[in-house]
Amino acid sequence: MNETLFGKLTLSAIPYDNPIVMGAVAGATALTLLLLGMITYFGKWRYLWTEWFTSVDHKKIGVMYIILALIMLLRGFADAFMMRLQQAIAAGGALGYLPPYHYDQIFSAHGTIMIIFVAMPFFIGLMNLVVPLQIGARDVAYPFLNSVSFWLTASSAALVMISLGIGDFSHAGWSGYPPLSEKQFSPGPGVDYWIWSLQLGGIGTLMTGINFFVTILRMRTPGMTLMKLPVFTWTILVTNVLIMLSFPVLTVALALLTLDRYLGMHFFTNDLGGNQMMFLNLFWIWGHPEVYIVILPAFGMFSEVVSTFSGKRLFGYHSMVYASVAIAVLSFVVWLHHFFTMGAGANVNAFFGIATMVIAVPTGVKVFNWLFTMYKGRLEFTTPVLWTLGFIITFCIGGMTGVLLSVPPADFVLHNSEFLVAHFHNMLIPGALFGYFAGYAFWFPKAVGFRLDEKWGKRAFWAWLVGFYLAFMPLYALGFMGMPRRLVHYDNPAWQPYLLVAALGTVVILVGIFCQIIQLVVSIRNRAALRDLTGDPWNGRTLEWSVSSPPPFYNFAHLPKVQTLDAFADMKERGVAYEVPASYQDIHMPKNTGVGVFLGGIAFAFGFAMVWHIWWLSLAAAGGVVAALIVRAWDDSVDYILPAQEVARMERERRQLLAAHGHQSSASTDPHLAPQG
Amino acid sequence: MKHIVLKGLFVLWPEWALACDGDCGSKWALLNPRGPIAAHEKGLIITAFALMLLVVVPVIFMTIAFAWKYRASNNDASYAPKWDNSTKIEAVVWTVPAVIVAILAALVWKSSHELSPYRPIASAAKPVQVEVVSMNWKWLFIYPDLGIASVNRLVIPAGVPVSFRITSDAVMSSFFIPQLGGQIYAMAGMQTRLQLVADQPGSYQGLNTQFSGDGFAGMHFETVAASNQDFDAWVAQVRHSSMPLSEDAFKALEIPSENVPPRYFSSVEPQLFERIMQKYLPNADATRSGHRGMHSAM
Repeated sequence: MNETLFGKLTLSAIPYDNPIVMGAVAGATALTLLLLGMITYFGKWRYLWTEWFTSVDHKKIGVMYIILALIMLLRGFADAFMMRLQQAIAAGGALGYLPPYHYDQIFSAHGTIMIIFVAMPFFIGLMNLVVPLQIGARDVAYPFLNSVSFWLTASSAALVMISLGIGDFSHAGWSGYPPLSEKQFSPGPGVDYWIWSLQLGGIGTLMTGINFFVTILRMRTPGMTLMKLPVFTWTILVTNVLIMLSFPVLTVALALLTLDRYLGMHFFTNDLGGNQMMFLNLFWIWGHPEVYIVILPAFGMFSEVVSTFSGKRLFGYHSMVYASVAIAVLSFVVWLHHFFTMGAGANVNAFFGIATMVIAVPTGVKVFNWLFTMYKGRLEFTTPVLWTLGFIITFCIGGMTGVLLSVPPADFVLHNSEFLVAHFHNMLIPGALFGYFAGYAFWFPKAVGFRLDEKWGKRAFWAWLVGFYLAFMPLYALGFMGMPRRLVHYDNPAWQPYLLVAALGTVVILVGIFCQIIQLVVSIRNRAALRDLTGDPWNGRTLEWSVSSPPPFYNFAHLPKVQTLDAFADMKERGVAYEVPASYQDIHMPKNTGVGVFLGGIAFAFGFAMVWHIWWLSLAAAGGVVAALIVRAWDDSVDYILPAQEVARMERERRQLLAAHGHQSSASTDPHLAPQG
Repeated sequence: MKHIVLKGLFVLWPEWALACDGDCGSKWALLNPRGPIAAHEKGLIITAFALMLLVVVPVIFMTIAFAWKYRASNNDASYAPKWDNSTKIEAVVWTVPAVIVAILAALVWKSSHELSPYRPIASAAKPVQVEVVSMNWKWLFIYPDLGIASVNRLVIPAGVPVSFRITSDAVMSSFFIPQLGGQIYAMAGMQTRLQLVADQPGSYQGLNTQFSGDGFAGMHFETVAASNQDFDAWVAQVRHSSMPLSEDAFKALEIPSENVPPRYFSSVEPQLFERIMQKYLPNADATRSGHRGMHSAM
């Protein structure tokens, strides 16, 4: 009876006997309760529900994605901190404070979380916030789908979090190689948590990919041809093509592994015709493009930042576009470099090695183009610029070690070592995270209406940069000493000093994170002084800066007409940036809906039920998804018309506010606001 | 504690830069190769590294120089807000990386073939055959021509090529002796190969680099390269130890165990390696029943 009701779930799934896990659970629970209590105390539930959770506005969905990413960054970093601490002490006779089974879950969770629940939602959040504004659109192509995507991502992140307290997480690494991840070697629920969180989050991401691909192709404002797209939007377009092509491969690979684990099939098992290497191939056919999915958007952000703060056009726009496309194409023909040591023949290895290093060419071109954008510019050393400079220098080192790893015989000695760990962190921390931090500081005023504090932002940057070098340079050295990755304990005392330095680096990064938290608090407190009234705090070049901060929910009262690249800079130059139209039109808007939240909730229930083999709940949840989609499909009241008078009223209010602060609209054709002099 | 942190900080770069061409121990395993394969691989890393420095150093220098020279407060620097294109610069920034990558590509093609783990090492001496079986969580070494086996200690004659055949009896792992040469995966039902040779007698660390579960951290072994004489003496000693790798002994080995001390077996069943592989082949049942049929016919 119990088994029918609860599947494999019993009270013993809660690891009460593990003080470290229970401490983490208690901490996470206390923080959640505190947050829920505060929302209740301040009576903000209704506000959150109507203005945020049910919103289909891309800007609000974007902000929610970023909040999710930042929360998960704290979790992923806590995992990193625990690993570094373990390795700093577990030398020789000392076993450290973590048993292997716990340590193995921590590094598996760290990788999964940082890629799927930090990098992905962070750039998807910024993309949601910025892309429709950059292309002069009023929303994305499928606003409701956008909400569903977000809630699927959030619910799969919740699935990872709940594995902390109920059952355990995968111990098979973030890449979950079989046969270790098969039932035979991992009978517990951990791998299933990993499968379902990746699977549900992946579906959300795939839908986002389709959504933004269509948005960028179909919803550009008049005059914005593809070669006038802002470069960030270009990288996002390319990224979404990569998402659409690669995520289905992950979905299928995970589905086959699911069949192995749930129905006793043999796609990747050792025996009965299974082939584990097929999983490796499929996983990395997704996994390598995934690297560029998280890095290309950051490249776009760096491009915007360098150009804006140099007060100068981006150097070699066409090269940048072609380089992005080249990187995307090449990213599909390099997956085998993740397992040169499989024993493929020399021809195969050489092909994939050469294809890999060819990517260095378009990437190098991008770096040179950023340099020549600064050249003969007026570079302001703002926080986003610091992140960019830190990125360029650090990324060069990571690129170099990457090309080294792409030489197959060099990879034979460096594969699976701490050198590899240092390399990919050296790509992803500067190449993705620094970019997102630059984008976060750059577009923060657009999202909320005030800038971030510069002083604490710069402190955070220096702590992150120094912490990064301390944490990862020793790992390169350890690679040359032959230290493999993922060790819970080691005998060689010569490694310990380097691991202590690495742990120290993590502490410095922690200081950086504290600076970022303080920065947020200080900025909110000083928001009056940091207010961005004009909507254009940085003398921006692209259309998102032409609207107020935060923008009106309909984005553009009047669709802008684009004539050149850097459309807004061009409009300012021609004196038409704040031109007031003679009249306004009605605007067709989507209505908010709770269906996305509902779908996210039942997706969570479905994932949880599948992990614990609670079949009735899985069926009910699957039925719930279908029912919700049918109900939604029959709902005719999904949109409304915002009358032209209302648009005119809101635009007039903004102009009055601007005028009160001495900022003049550039034309005076507005019948409602007479020129003052 | 403070002392060793400082040591790590200051010792890191200088010591690495010196690269220990003399004998400063095996701390920097990859920089102290003890066989031609590992030496070749080290040389390759250094060559590729030097080639890339040709681009990377100027780029890092230019980043700092440009950012400083064109800082907003420097009114002496020229300002060209609309300058966004130069065919000359574009040509250079596409060509220079492309040329370096072309050189590296040639290096990749050549070295991938020269250092293929399948390529026999040219030597006057006849290679020693060793069959490697990865188990949870230890290494079994079978010497098919000598009829002996060992667990977690690999003894080889120095100066004689060793030809490995590698498989797994459990999850995937990766067989690696850093000072002798590159690694290769061990996978159940499949066989990979590796050719290594130790230049001189000595003791070298061997390990699994592919995470394989709870016992992974303890899954390493000592590789002893002995003189021909010592090697022969070792073989004779193992043969006389009368500890055969019987079916029971093998079954006991298949039980997962951690931090397993070295063991030796005086005899092994012929074709043990093949039988371990065949266990996982899709037609394993057919093969087995086929054998049975043959036996009953005999």
